[in-house]
Amino acid sequence: MSTHETSQTASTEVPDVADPILEIRDAEVYFDMDRGVSRVLDNVSVDIERGEVLGIVGESGSGKSMLASALLDAVVDPGILSGQITYHPGDGSSVDVLGLEKEQLRQLRWEDISMVFQGAMSSFNPTMKVGGHFEETLEAHDYDVDAGMERARELLSDLYLEPERVLDSFPHELSGGMQQRALIALSVVLEPNVLVMDEPTAALDLLMQRSILSLLEDLKEKYDLTLIFITHDLPLIAELADRLAVMYAFELIEIGTSDEILGDAAHPYTRSLLNATPNLDAPLSEMQAIEGSAPDPVNVPSGCSYHPRCPLADEECVSEDPEFRPTFTENHQAACFHWQDSAEVIPFNIERSDTSEVDDE
Amino acid sequence: MSNDEPLISLNEVEVHFEEKPGMFDFFHDPDVVRAVDGVSLDIHENDVVCLVGESGCGKTTLGKTSIGLQRPTGGSVTYRGQNIWDAKDKKGDVDIPYKDIRRSLQIIHQDPGSSLNPNRRVMKILEAPLRRWHKEMSAGDRREQVLSMLERVGMTPPDDYAGRYPHQLSGGEKQRVALVRALLMDPDVILADEAISALDVSLRVEMMDLMLELQEQFDTSFVAVSHDLSNARYFAAHGGGRIGVMYLGQLVEVGPAEEIINNPKHPYTKVLRWATPNLKDEDAGEPPVRKIDIPDPKNPPTGCRFHTRCPEAREACKREHPPAYEVGDDHKTACFREDPDHEYWESSELTDDGETTPSAASSD
Repeated sequence: MSTHETSQTASTEVPDVADPILEIRDAEVYFDMDRGVSRVLDNVSVDIERGEVLGIVGESGSGKSMLASALLDAVVDPGILSGQITYHPGDGSSVDVLGLEKEQLRQLRWEDISMVFQGAMSSFNPTMKVGGHFEETLEAHDYDVDAGMERARELLSDLYLEPERVLDSFPHELSGGMQQRALIALSVVLEPNVLVMDEPTAALDLLMQRSILSLLEDLKEKYDLTLIFITHDLPLIAELADRLAVMYAFELIEIGTSDEILGDAAHPYTRSLLNATPNLDAPLSEMQAIEGSAPDPVNVPSGCSYHPRCPLADEECVSEDPEFRPTFTENHQAACFHWQDSAEVIPFNIERSDTSEVDDE
Repeated sequence: MSNDEPLISLNEVEVHFEEKPGMFDFFHDPDVVRAVDGVSLDIHENDVVCLVGESGCGKTTLGKTSIGLQRPTGGSVTYRGQNIWDAKDKKGDVDIPYKDIRRSLQIIHQDPGSSLNPNRRVMKILEAPLRRWHKEMSAGDRREQVLSMLERVGMTPPDDYAGRYPHQLSGGEKQRVALVRALLMDPDVILADEAISALDVSLRVEMMDLMLELQEQFDTSFVAVSHDLSNARYFAAHGGGRIGVMYLGQLVEVGPAEEIINNPKHPYTKVLRWATPNLKDEDAGEPPVRKIDIPDPKNPPTGCRFHTRCPEAREACKREHPPAYEVGDDHKTACFREDPDHEYWESSELTDDGETTPSAASSD
């Protein structure tokens, strides 16, 4: 059985945001398995600000995709989702996402909160032309098809695609990068407020990934989107994201602005992850892998789940699960007892442009 | 790295794939994909060469050609002076039998999961190559060697790991088993085809360190294929090797790792440099290419193949294919901008204002 203690605290502290579009409280997903209860999302609470780009970063099996599915109440079947997810469309009302009926949920998805998955190839129907996907989506949601297709063409050319050629192609006739961009256009065609992207560029090569990211930035401005970008690739998202949330072993362990995370990461895991990332600017001798491996969801270590790999761990970390707490600033929070010592024990291997005092353009 | 005789020498290698015409398609010439076109490259003893480029640029094909897994349609590939494919065909005087060449050149694949037989235990998987190549070895010796290799790649206790099935291993462990399998052949060259791309970011450095450590212990050369310049840099620079940048089947720049990273000459290398995220907080801006999609390799652009996307392209680039210019120690690049007297500087700039999409590149 799980050695994890359920430390259910009602008043979970989360960093304040001025105008939240999504509020997630104590989101939890577990699977009942023969080997025991597999808790693949553990008490995650976070607010997402309207219009921000939030990057959710974690290694494979850290629970980041589960968090994305939870946002849309789309956790696959034997999985059980609990907690509270509130969506604020911006007109003063608020929607309890987990309490919606099937039909209301169908409308919420795509029209309000839309999602792009990794691997465009498996998201398209291979026997239907790309244009057919747009028409079908518009019809299914009772949108004006002509106006919608006009929007689709504009979106496609915003994404550096030839609208007519793409709409008239079967998915396999497009390259991977083109498919992924067509999928992004499709997910925005119903004018959602929030776009959740789960590793949308992982199967592509770096140049295409980078290009898509720079297009996303333009798209976000033009269509007033809130972006939630889930990835294992911290450097990729660091530049686009306003805030970064780092996940480890199915929990959120640190959250802050991108500058705060890159410049002053407080959690030992975040610091080690940054040091382990191959980088063109770091001196070659100082890149280090993180010792050990991530825990099994059935058997998460007691206390702080990172303690077996952490150089700062002591008895407190073994026995008690650290709460989220403010670190250098009120809204830069980390779940670590010893965040004050982390910078000394795990120094960064490169001098990042001292982000604390840089005057951003 | 300047040994007299290169271990592997590629000379003007071409690999063209013909698309098979349909049964009733008598009237069209078959489409030819020029995966590799006119590449020359030497690989020395104890060398590291990283090939980088976008998907479809031919880097894997070139890698496979260099270890004799892919027959070139033009040019030659030699191993210690012996033409690999002549040896295979038993043409002329064969100094080194094909069997020995085959054993000396090994590969680790991208996806460690699918390159291991799921129905066999690790011991069985690793014994197979020894059984085939060292028939004289006793069963006990074989087992001993497998166990000692497992221990050397950090899979301890080796007895435990040897008894497991591949699905009981993590991604990193599977890749180590694949590495051990290649090393058991005591090869001269191992091709690592995106061998670490499938691993988590935090495990990549560890895996590369392991490969480099073994490079020294076993005197093995590595040819690594990667789309990620920062991984290529880490691997090549630590191994004292070179990075080769490929674009649409051609090597556009090759040189020592730190040279390529800190002093890139070819506009395409600069594009790859831009595409590699770094953790510094700086605004990268728009992609430094005129088009973000790669042209169709069936119908590559004339002249310099990069001219359709190159921000520096001028009329001259459309007409003529640039030769490789020597720009430093062991550092070559194929761009007219390295020749101060070239007509490039007089010709007019190529622009495609108003166009947002690839035009002729992928017609029909």
